[in-house]
Amino acid sequence: MSVLELSGVTKRFAGVPALNDVRLNIRKGTVTGLIGPDGAGKTTLMRLIAGLLVPDSGAISVLGIDAIQDPLKVQQVIGYMPQRFGLYEDLTVQENLDLYADLQGLPDAERQARYAALTHLTGLAPFTQRLAGKLSGGMKQKLGLACVLVRPPQLLLLDEPTVGVDPVSRRELWAIIYRLVREENMTALLSTAYLDEAERCNEVILLHKGELLGQSLPAEFSQKMAGRSFQATLPGMNKRSLQSRLARSSGVIDSTIQRTGVRIVMEADVQPDPAALPAGIRIEPVEPRFEDSFISLLREIDGQPALPEVSLARAVPSGTDDEEVIIVDQVTKRFGSFSAVKDVSFKVKAGEVFGLLGANGAGKSTTFRMLCGLLPATDGHLRVAGLDLGHAPAKARARIGYMAQKFSLYGDLSVLENLRFFSSAYGLRGSDQRAQIDWALQEFELKPYANSTSQKLPLGYKQRLAMAAALMHRPQILFLDEPTSGVDPLARREFWQRIAALAEEGVTILVTTHFMEEAEYCDRLVIMAKGDILAEGTPDELRARVQSDQLPDPTMEDAFVYLIEEHETGRRSDAVPAKS
Amino acid sequence: MRFLRNPDPAQQAARMRLRGMIRKEARQIVRDPSSIAIAFVLPILLLLLFGYGISLDAKHVPLGIVIESSSPEAAAFAGSFEQSEYLSPHRFGTIQEAEQALITHEVDGIVWLRNDFEEKLLSGANAPIGVIINGVDANTAHIIEGYVKGAWLSWLQQRAAEQAGELNLPVQLQQRVWFNAELRSQNFLVPGLIAVIMTLIGALLTAMVIAREWERGTMEALLVTPVTAKEILLGKLLPYFVLGIGGLALSVGMAVWLFGVPLHGSLPVLFISSSLFLIASLGMGLTISTVARNQFVAGQIAIIVSFLPAFMLSGFIFDINSMPPAVQVVTYLLPARYYVSILQTVFLAGNVWKVIGLNSLALIVFCAFFLGIARRRMSKRLE
Repeated sequence: MSVLELSGVTKRFAGVPALNDVRLNIRKGTVTGLIGPDGAGKTTLMRLIAGLLVPDSGAISVLGIDAIQDPLKVQQVIGYMPQRFGLYEDLTVQENLDLYADLQGLPDAERQARYAALTHLTGLAPFTQRLAGKLSGGMKQKLGLACVLVRPPQLLLLDEPTVGVDPVSRRELWAIIYRLVREENMTALLSTAYLDEAERCNEVILLHKGELLGQSLPAEFSQKMAGRSFQATLPGMNKRSLQSRLARSSGVIDSTIQRTGVRIVMEADVQPDPAALPAGIRIEPVEPRFEDSFISLLREIDGQPALPEVSLARAVPSGTDDEEVIIVDQVTKRFGSFSAVKDVSFKVKAGEVFGLLGANGAGKSTTFRMLCGLLPATDGHLRVAGLDLGHAPAKARARIGYMAQKFSLYGDLSVLENLRFFSSAYGLRGSDQRAQIDWALQEFELKPYANSTSQKLPLGYKQRLAMAAALMHRPQILFLDEPTSGVDPLARREFWQRIAALAEEGVTILVTTHFMEEAEYCDRLVIMAKGDILAEGTPDELRARVQSDQLPDPTMEDAFVYLIEEHETGRRSDAVPAKS
Repeated sequence: MRFLRNPDPAQQAARMRLRGMIRKEARQIVRDPSSIAIAFVLPILLLLLFGYGISLDAKHVPLGIVIESSSPEAAAFAGSFEQSEYLSPHRFGTIQEAEQALITHEVDGIVWLRNDFEEKLLSGANAPIGVIINGVDANTAHIIEGYVKGAWLSWLQQRAAEQAGELNLPVQLQQRVWFNAELRSQNFLVPGLIAVIMTLIGALLTAMVIAREWERGTMEALLVTPVTAKEILLGKLLPYFVLGIGGLALSVGMAVWLFGVPLHGSLPVLFISSSLFLIASLGMGLTISTVARNQFVAGQIAIIVSFLPAFMLSGFIFDINSMPPAVQVVTYLLPARYYVSILQTVFLAGNVWKVIGLNSLALIVFCAFFLGIARRRMSKRLE
C-alpha cells in the first residue's frame, strides 16, 4: 500500500527550478532515504509533502489526502522534523513535550503512558526537567524526534536528522527509527547527506539538482557497480600521494583513502592496469557500496572534473621537518561556568595534515579560534609558527591562513573584489598582489567567475574562493574549520585533493571535520568529545586500538564510537564513587 | 445536555491547541529577561525619566533686556520682569551686546526698548517693544513669547489701573487654566507616556518574539502541526495582551501614586480604551512579524512605524496643532494620537464622553484593520 505518492511535481523559486517533474511512491512500513548533495531539493521536497509549500504543478497525495488542497488534514497524520528542529530552548524537555501534545491533540489521559514510552525510547527520561537549550546536540535531536512522535504519526518526515550529530547518537537515532517503523507501524522518509547512511535504508531515492535520479533498494544501486571497485595498497608510499597518483590514472572515476590503502572505482568494463601503476602495488577487488554508484551517476551527469594541481608559487615552507609549528599545551577555554575545551594538549609538525575529529560541540572550533588568536585561552599556552599567541597574535596571524566554517567572504562583492580585498588586507601590493590574484584565479579555476557576485556562486565554488582568500599571503599554516560541511561528495573529493597538493608543497594544515571517513586523509589526528581529547595518533593507530576478534577490520567510525563509549563508561565509574 | 457533556471533538482539539500555545508563550515570557525588560523595566525607566528628569515648564529663562530709552516708563516696564519667576533678566547696554549673548546662548531671548518707547506708548501706536527669540527650540521659543506677552499685558493693565483709565485697552485678557491648574508638565507627560509604553509592549515586543521564532526555526515546526493560523495569532495575542495590561497597571499606579497625577476619569473607561489601543498595537506587531523574519529587521520596522511616531507625532510631547499641516494629516493615521487624547482627557478632565467615544471609535477601526491584515497575511505556508 502506498503511503506517499508524488506525480509530476515541479517547484520553482523565482523561476529557478528546485524540483523538476518528480514522481515517487513510498510503500507502507518502509524506511526510505532521500539522498542528495546540498541544493538537490531534499528540503523543498519535504516541505511540499508537509504542506508548507505549494508545487507549481503536479500532485501530492499523503495517505490518500491531497496535500495541496488539504494541508491541515495532512498535518494531522504526519510528523515532520525540520532540519533545524524548533525546540524551545527556554522550555524544559517536559514542557516541550507538553506543547507538542497540546498542538497534536493527544488526549490528556494518554499522555503519561506516551511520555514514559518516548523518554524511555530516546533515553531522555532522566532529563525531563532540564531546559532543552542545555541538552547536547544528539539529545536535542532526540527530543525533537520525541516531540514529533508525541501523537504517533503514520508518516514520519525527517530532514537531515543526523547531520552534525556524533556517531554514537547517529546509531541510536537509526535504532529508534527502525523500532518505530516496526512497533508503531510507521513509514519513514528521511533525507541525509551521509552516503553511508543510504545503506541503512530499505529503499533509496537519489536526488540531484532537483531531478530524481532513481529509486530502488540500496543493494540494487551497489550491484550495478559489481566488479568495478578495488582496494590498492603500496606499502612505503604516502597514502595521499598514492591517491593523487591513482586519481590521474586512466579509467579511474573515483578514489578515496580507505584504511591502509586507496579505494578506487573504475569505469564500466575497464580493469586497473598494474603495469601503468607504481611497482609493487597490490590491487584487490572489493565489494561495491552505495557511494560508488552515487559517484558514478554524478560523474555521468557532470562529467569527469579536471583534477586540481595546486602549486603555491613561491610557497614559504613551514620549517624543517619534524619542527613543531603548532604547540597546544594544557589549554582550557571556559565560557562562564561552561568549559568548551578542557586541558587539551597536542603538537603538529611542519608539513603535516593534522585533523581534529569530533561531533558538533566537541570543542573543535573553539580550539581553532584560540589557535588563530581570535579567542584568548583561559588557561595554558599556545604557540603557532614559533610565536606565542598571548604576546604576538598579529605577527602569528600573518603566518597563518584561516578558513572559517561558514562562508565568511563578502557576499555582495565579486570574486575578484574579494581576492583584492583579502590580499590587500594581508599587505600585498602592486605586482606581487596582481600575481597572487592571477595565481588564485588560475589554480582554483575561478577565472570564469571572476566578475560574478560571490554570494551567487555554487557552494563548491564558494569553498574554493574562501580557500583561495585564505592562501593569498602564502601562509605557512592553513586552518580549515569544517571545510567540507554541507558540500556535495564530488566537491568534497576535489577539496581534499587540494589539501593533499598543498601538503605536498610543505604547508602545514590543521583541519576539523565531523565526517569520520575524512580522518583517513590526515597524517595524524585527535578525536575530541565535549572538550576533551579522547585519543591521538595516525589513522592506522587509532583503528588498531579498537581492533578485536569481533571487529577485525574496524572503520574510523567504529574507533570513534568505541572511544566515546569507553570515555563515558570511564566517566561514569569515576562519578559513582565520588557521589557516594 | 448531551451536547454539553460531549463537546465537538474538533472544538476540543482547538481549545487544547490554544491552551498549549498560551501556556508556552507564558512560560517563555516569564523566563525571557528581554520580555520582562521591555514590559516592566523600560516603563519604569521611561516614567522616572519623564516624570522627574524632563520638564517642559520654562522657569528662570535667561532673558536679555536692552533699554535705550531713559524714560521712567521704560525702566518701570523692565522692572516688571524682575518679579517673574519664569524669567531671569540680564541687562545689556546695546542691542549688539545682547545679540552676541543670544548667539552664545547666554540668553534665550531679548526684549528691546528703543529710544522712542515712551513716545510710541503714549501715542498708542503698535509694538513699542522689540522681542527677539532664539527659535532653535520652538517649544521654548513659544513659551518665552507667551511670557513676554503676558508680562507686557499685565504691565499695561497695571499702568492703566494706576492712571485711572488713561489708556484704553482693546482687549482685557483674563487667564484661567483648566484641567491642569498648576501647569505641571508631569500631569500631561505621564499619561501620554502610557501610550508609548503600550506601543512598546504591543508592537515592538510582539514583532520581535515572532521574528525570533522564525530565526530559531521553531516557527517551521509549529506550522507543520495541526495548529491553525488563527490559533497561532491568538496564542500570541492573548499572553501579550495580559502583559500589556500589566504594564498599564504599573504605569497608572506610578502616575497616580508616585507622580500625583490626578485621575479624574474612571478606571473602567481607562481599561477599555487602553485595551482597544493595546489590541491595535498588537495587531500592528503581528502584521510586522508576518513581513520581517529576523529580530533586527522586525525591531527596526516596529521602532520606525510605531514607537517613534507614538513618541513624536501623537501629541504626547509636541503639540499637534503647532505641526505643519502635512504632518498634522499624518497624525490621523496613528492610533497613538487617539489614545493620547483619551489618556489626557481621562486623567485630567474626566469621562468626557464625546472625546472618549470618538477616539475609541478610531481605535476600533485600527484594531479591525491591523488584525484583519495580520489574519490575511499569516499563512501556514512558507512563502
